[in-house]
Amino acid sequence: MKEKAVVQGFSDNLEARNRWGVIWQVLFQASTIVGIIALVALMLNIINGAFGYVAYQARVDPDTLAVDGVPLTEQSKEQLLALLKSKISSGAYTTLDKAKPFADRTREEVYQLVVERVIRPDIVGVWNLWPSLTQANEIRATVAQEHPDAELDFVSWLTRSFVARPQTSEPLTAGVRTAILGSLWTILFTILLAFPIGVGAAIYLEEYAADNWLNRVIQTNINNLAGVPSIIYGILGLAIFVRTLEPLTSGELFGLVDPTTANGRTVLSAGLTLGLLVLPIIIINAQEAIRAVPRSLRNASFGVGATKWQTVWSHVLPNALPGILTGTILAISRAIGETAPLVVVGASTAISFDPNSPFSKFTTLPIQIYQWTARPQDEFRSLAAASILVLLVLLLSLNATAVLLRNRFSRRF
Amino acid sequence: MTGLALEKSVEKKASAINLRRKRRWGETIIQSLLFFSGFFSIFTTIAIVYELGKEALLFFQMPQVNILESLTTTEWVPHTGKFGVWPLLTSTLMTTAIAMLIAIPLGMAVAIYLSEYADRRVRSFLKPILEVLAGIPTIVYGYFALTFMTPILRAILGRDVVQIYNMASAGLVMGILILPLVTSMTEDALSAVPRSLREAAYGMGATKLEVAVQIVVPAALSGIAAAIIVGISRAIGETMIVAVAAGAGPNFTLNPFEGAETITGHIVRISGGDLSYNSIDYNSLFALGLFLFLVTLTLNMISQAIVRRFREVYE
Amino acid sequence: MSNNNNMDHKYILEAQDLDIYYGTFKAVTGVNMKVERNKITAIIGPSGCGKSTLLRAFNRMNELYAGTSIKGKIMFDGEDIYAPHIDPVEVRYRIGMVFQKPNPFPKSIYENIAWTARIHGFKGNMDELVENSLQQAALWDEVKDKLQQSGLSLSGGQQQRLCIARAISIKPEVILMDEPASALDPIATLKIEELMQELKKNYTIVIVTHNMQQAARASDYTAMMMLADRVLRSGTVIEFDETQHIFTNPKDKRTEDYVTGRFG
Repeated sequence: MKEKAVVQGFSDNLEARNRWGVIWQVLFQASTIVGIIALVALMLNIINGAFGYVAYQARVDPDTLAVDGVPLTEQSKEQLLALLKSKISSGAYTTLDKAKPFADRTREEVYQLVVERVIRPDIVGVWNLWPSLTQANEIRATVAQEHPDAELDFVSWLTRSFVARPQTSEPLTAGVRTAILGSLWTILFTILLAFPIGVGAAIYLEEYAADNWLNRVIQTNINNLAGVPSIIYGILGLAIFVRTLEPLTSGELFGLVDPTTANGRTVLSAGLTLGLLVLPIIIINAQEAIRAVPRSLRNASFGVGATKWQTVWSHVLPNALPGILTGTILAISRAIGETAPLVVVGASTAISFDPNSPFSKFTTLPIQIYQWTARPQDEFRSLAAASILVLLVLLLSLNATAVLLRNRFSRRF
Repeated sequence: MTGLALEKSVEKKASAINLRRKRRWGETIIQSLLFFSGFFSIFTTIAIVYELGKEALLFFQMPQVNILESLTTTEWVPHTGKFGVWPLLTSTLMTTAIAMLIAIPLGMAVAIYLSEYADRRVRSFLKPILEVLAGIPTIVYGYFALTFMTPILRAILGRDVVQIYNMASAGLVMGILILPLVTSMTEDALSAVPRSLREAAYGMGATKLEVAVQIVVPAALSGIAAAIIVGISRAIGETMIVAVAAGAGPNFTLNPFEGAETITGHIVRISGGDLSYNSIDYNSLFALGLFLFLVTLTLNMISQAIVRRFREVYE
Repeated sequence: MSNNNNMDHKYILEAQDLDIYYGTFKAVTGVNMKVERNKITAIIGPSGCGKSTLLRAFNRMNELYAGTSIKGKIMFDGEDIYAPHIDPVEVRYRIGMVFQKPNPFPKSIYENIAWTARIHGFKGNMDELVENSLQQAALWDEVKDKLQQSGLSLSGGQQQRLCIARAISIKPEVILMDEPASALDPIATLKIEELMQELKKNYTIVIVTHNMQQAARASDYTAMMMLADRVLRSGTVIEFDETQHIFTNPKDKRTEDYVTGRFG
């Protein structure tokens, strides 16, 4: 532009200002990229861990266990049981029978026992995906040199059977079914506790509560509870559900005690603990959904002489339901991913039986991940990576459902 | 209807309508149920305070435990009766500090970018990414810290400088976890600044940077402060990342590359093992839990008070 | 501090065949308008016909909102301010603005002015600059003892004068005023109008107002804006003349209807 007539005191600094503007804009943009990079690194890291070469050596060659020409993988449950009995000590056999009678075990479970106790594969090497892809030849050479008897396979630790198999201590045959079922059972009780009370509290606060001291305290309290670290809920659950309410949560009261548990560290305790944890979340989300219902709808209902509850039940709730459901799904997502409170409440470390009642011992998917991650051996890290993928898929589908719900219903209005 | 019949039917209706207030039992029952639901959360808080307080009191009453000693010594070894709280405390503070070193500058930068620079397309792309980051379970972050961050730190700074379990890895990953929280609260604060203020600044010939940093951010300062306080509270209470990656034993050190157990990590480790009720370990859990609860509660309440006061300024 | 340079154009601001778009919606159409130096030019017309939009085009404020664009030219001292090499920041440095609702920064009275000067590289005596600006805005006597107090602690009328002081502290050549008194009481309004008469000695003023009496009292030239087309809702300047003529002897019947109150 044509130069402005010089005004006393002002210097020409437009160029410098614009330069700084560009520099800082780049810095701000770069920060967002850091977030994106972190997410990408996270995903790649997990994928890297869940696939790759495994070198393992069986202490007993499975081929030698063929009976009458029938290979091990095709033998029936009875043949496998006979094999098992002959190969392990009688003491060990009876212990296994006591833990869960062989009559109750499926063929799959017996096969796993054979693999665990008879074949006993030792893992001699685990490689992640990236080295497996880029250094395949070196790996092959190393294995051939140091472990000539070992098998080298490229595996995906995440397979369909991984999801379907129960937990075992043998990394090659371990699965997350126990953990997934544990998570589902736990969430069931979480919802049973938190949903009715949460929605009820939200309705109370939004529709019935007068603006007095008590109700303000209740609201502040809920907001505070939402910010309490999850581990505190774990400690609370330990003290109340596991210890104080042991007769209730262990099933003693109902005469349904699980013989292997015999204390309060059950699915029920876990579910109730998480229920307390997500309760504030459900309340706050439901409150928002109810608040979003237009005043005119309530007025119309009152105008024709409906009672408050009739208005809430027939008009406000149906209108607020999508928002409430979305909030509930978010709460479930949160609960499914929680680890610390359940460790404190007493998740089991060595459990391979699916939970079958509220009074069973429990483990959940995140706890399984924690336990495997904490083990020093590489193969357990790979199992952890595979389980993380299962967990993330589970959460992704949940959240996608929530988003779909939100979109579908918001379009209607 | 004929005129007379109509009159008669209206008369009948008038006498049938009883305008006195009806007792609706159903409504009363439902209202009580709803009130109970509302009040339930109070029970939770009372339970937390009672249980934590009760067992913590038992802990402090135990002969081996001396509050003064707790606050002044630097060794936490329950078996030998040493309950100096500082190793756990410094570890918590250090991991929190490292996390905030990442989360505050980056979180604010992203928020400023989203609020003052980004167009709708970029926003619709970035915000879901932030939501995803915020929704990833913390155990997954813990795995990430152990299997990615630690090896990278060891590769860059040397295997003898950085131990396998160290506070730095955990702190850095915690920073990534908390970043979306700081960003979203800061962005809310920035959006609350009225448009007229930005127009005034632009109208005076200010550049975008000057408007964002010298006008909008100072105007949103209390909201930003609240965001930072909430972030700190979150970091203090975070468990799984530090349990997996920061170290499995109390260690009083200021070296971030050493392993040291935090308060939360300690609670998880102790309760994961064999725990008998009324043992000193069991009671110490509650004392630590009480401390954690009080600290995070105080921080959260301060943050809420700041936000409330800030909102008043603009209304 | 007037720029009495023989090379200056007579018209410091000029709109040439100006169209203003919000996305695909044409808000303002075919405006041709010349603003004379050191005069007060008023833009009047019924609400919704694009007066503010037109005013904000003169200092490229419309650009702050996505999707706005123009066709045609706006010449500032003979140069098109929408040319690609022109920096809008520079444009706003030289064409200042006062807004409808007073918007002082949440800083002290002193800082409101000081910050504005500082970002433009002012290195001289700041106290002097602040005092001069407040004097010119007829605010100095009222605030000289409380310069450190927040700008928001002033009354509406004082806040607006603070905004004027802030705008003139960087010595723009033109001051755009978007209904500066509409949020103020009649006494404050009068003060602003008096101020404008003083300011025009050193600055050129373009003011949008929906207050016809104000335009008639205070301005030298008036542009009458109206919707060109009731269907397309696009505004245009239907008449532009010396204020005297617009109000006593308008050429366009629509102008006459408006200023005599028969419509609008």
